Amino acid sequence: MSTLLQIHEPGKSPVPHQGDATLAVGIDLGTTNSVVAISTENDVAVLKDDDGKALVPSVVAYAPDGSAIVGEMAKRLLLSRPDSVVSSIKRLMGRGAEDVKSLGGQLPFDIEPHHEGESHLVRLNIAGHTLTPIEISADILRALRDRAEAHLGAKVEKAVITVPAYFDDAQRVATKDAARLAGLDVLRLVNEPTAAALAYGLDKGAEGLFAVFDLGGGTFDVSVLRMEKGVFQVLATGGDAALGGDDFDHAIADHFLKQRQADRGEVTLSAADVKIALMTGRLAKECLTSADDGEWMLSIGDEQSKHTLDRDTFNGLIMSDVDRTIKICHEVLTEAGFDPLDVKGVVLVGGSTRVPLVRQKVEDFFGAPPLSDIDPDQVVAVGAALQAEALTVGSDTLLLDVTPLSLGLETMGGLVEKVIPRNTPIPVAKAQEFTTFKDGQSAMVIHVVQGEREMVDQNRSLARFNLTGIPPMTAGAAHIRVTFQVDADGMLTVSAGEDTSGIEAKVEVKPSYGLSEEEMSKMLYDSMKHAKDDMEQRFLAEAKVEAERAMLAVRSALQVDCSLLSVSERETIGEQMDNVIDAIKGTDRDVINQAASALDKATQAFAEKRMDKGIRDALTGVSMDRLEESVVDGAKEGEDA
Amino acid sequence: MNDASLQKTKTSLKACWSCKGPMPATALFCSTCEAVQGPVAADHFVRLGMERTFDVDVPALDRLYFDLQRQLHPDRFATKAPKEKAHSQQQATALNDAYETLKDPLKRADYLVHLEGVDVLPEGCNLVQDQSILIEAMEMREKLMMADTMAALNDIQRDTKVEVDDVLKALSLAFKGDDIQGACQLTTRLKYLDKMIGEVRQSRARLMA
Repeated sequence: MSTLLQIHEPGKSPVPHQGDATLAVGIDLGTTNSVVAISTENDVAVLKDDDGKALVPSVVAYAPDGSAIVGEMAKRLLLSRPDSVVSSIKRLMGRGAEDVKSLGGQLPFDIEPHHEGESHLVRLNIAGHTLTPIEISADILRALRDRAEAHLGAKVEKAVITVPAYFDDAQRVATKDAARLAGLDVLRLVNEPTAAALAYGLDKGAEGLFAVFDLGGGTFDVSVLRMEKGVFQVLATGGDAALGGDDFDHAIADHFLKQRQADRGEVTLSAADVKIALMTGRLAKECLTSADDGEWMLSIGDEQSKHTLDRDTFNGLIMSDVDRTIKICHEVLTEAGFDPLDVKGVVLVGGSTRVPLVRQKVEDFFGAPPLSDIDPDQVVAVGAALQAEALTVGSDTLLLDVTPLSLGLETMGGLVEKVIPRNTPIPVAKAQEFTTFKDGQSAMVIHVVQGEREMVDQNRSLARFNLTGIPPMTAGAAHIRVTFQVDADGMLTVSAGEDTSGIEAKVEVKPSYGLSEEEMSKMLYDSMKHAKDDMEQRFLAEAKVEAERAMLAVRSALQVDCSLLSVSERETIGEQMDNVIDAIKGTDRDVINQAASALDKATQAFAEKRMDKGIRDALTGVSMDRLEESVVDGAKEGEDA
Repeated sequence: MNDASLQKTKTSLKACWSCKGPMPATALFCSTCEAVQGPVAADHFVRLGMERTFDVDVPALDRLYFDLQRQLHPDRFATKAPKEKAHSQQQATALNDAYETLKDPLKRADYLVHLEGVDVLPEGCNLVQDQSILIEAMEMREKLMMADTMAALNDIQRDTKVEVDDVLKALSLAFKGDDIQGACQLTTRLKYLDKMIGEVRQSRARLMA
């Protein structure tokens, strides 16, 4: 699939000092707009098109041959060719069709019927092509990558991508899969409000207790953070992954359609009509940000209708949504054990915070005028770029985030047992013990859900794990330990083992809303002619990093304990090191791995001698102090790394 | 060289997973090649480098935690080899576990009692046969059921918080005096009070909606 984007302005952008290997961008993949930025020595550049526009509309148009047009051009096609254009796809990431709001009984997406046995992953029909939200998001990410590459004049393969803090595991996995399809290695998924806080903390030197109010096109997040001397500690977060400016558009469109229906009787709407109505609603919303009233034409089919709307009526239409955001703010503050008055400042993020009613309500609740010195549409990408630099070049900044939603398991009677409560700092791991309830039982199903409610079906189903290979025992005798690990990206992995027998049970994941591994590889194959090469490239890069680490380790060991080796031993190790160096220069992963393991073998006797010497030295009591000292040094250097 | 001292030396040293050389068993980084090591088995106080006490100075705890996370958090290892990433994740996970436990007085009290070999179960400690705690809990619940105004809920919340403060003071004394039985009893009470605060919060939310 080829990608088409605006004309770039190469050569105008800062070229980072570091080598290409560490070139990493920050990407805000938004519901309505996406932004890409890069940071060099803490100086952030948001990458713009020829017209000076930083925002890439998250809109994709598909040509009959399947090629994708992303951004401003696709947005212009929305009114003339609604059938081949898709927008707000973020709302479907890791979601099922039942999660999308309809208008007049019609969705703004043409969704393929769900087949028995398939995962609940949505498949859209766009201009005759069947596409998943993951593939469509990948097309947006490719466009952003292209923009970055044109600016920087170099290949961009690494990125920090932001996600709403309130995104669940399925939505995070979908985002990472999209990046993988777009050929981007995700260094870290960073929560959007956390990224915004980072931008304010590093750029504006904000310190103290802050709230970040992030109302985007389709998602709402609020995070309470403590910021001090380079530490960004999220204390609590909350939100709604399906509440945003899109809902304001929806309210206006619904209002207009009702007026129309009152005038002309019932009309049936197509998906294309809904897209047009929503677009009109959006124009009205944007206009009412500065104007007090206005008049809009809604053209559906061949009939045009005229609609007027003033600010007060608009406020009435969106009041319940805005009240909901404030209610969530209240809940999150209470959960963190604070009062609105404890908050030193509230940072506004997301285009929807431009709506006057939103600003007013936020100001009233927190009792202070909100901060918006950094453009609310760009602040998240700025933070992502700063974090991308910190991860690749190194930094003293520390981002400590939390889980947005509780993780639990289905127990008897469809109840949920919480394993990891929300607002737990990540990474986190918790183990839970299970047993069999039948004699000789060899398998069991574990259903993992995410959410705060008591019943399984009120929460989001993440996955079902099939534990197989449990050794035959009497009922209740097996001790099956299931460990849930949430990593720094907020993503879950599950492992399991039987304690009595020491047998590792096999964990089989059936993601409820995601891609299976086979689907993923098929997509990689279908969407990129060189998909296999791409995967190979990644494995090769990993093998090189690992071989280099092994080389460094041997070099440090030689520096300290070279005297333990005879000349011929030294030569043997030297030869093996040369082999590794040669292998790293090449492109054969197997050769690199073989050379590294040969080096490992060649240094085994050396390692034993070093251990013996270490014990001897320690017993004479002299060199432990020396060791301790160098450990402290090592720790300090680790801090700088 | 006697056997005992040899054994002791051997356990105070370990082989670094990366360069295979000797290093102090409890160090975070190898003294020779600087590779990050996996977490060692240690209690939460040792892990964060603090004295075992109920009277934790929370700002000091924060500083120790931040300093260690600065060195060990996965963000420091984003471009490193997979094994180093894995060790960093385990270290950061262990730090978070320790920090979460010691930061919160209830979890801290629970943990200290646990370190003494007694576990306070959710339904209360088996060492506690104090009916007064149960009666107090039941009375509180009744009061909460009766409360149907915000003002009434606020009163309950204030009273509960005063009680929590009293229990915390008593806990500090109990731990200082090595009175584990007393600490158990107080921890059980604290658990009821904590549950109560959660329920008051829920009632307030219900009343607001």
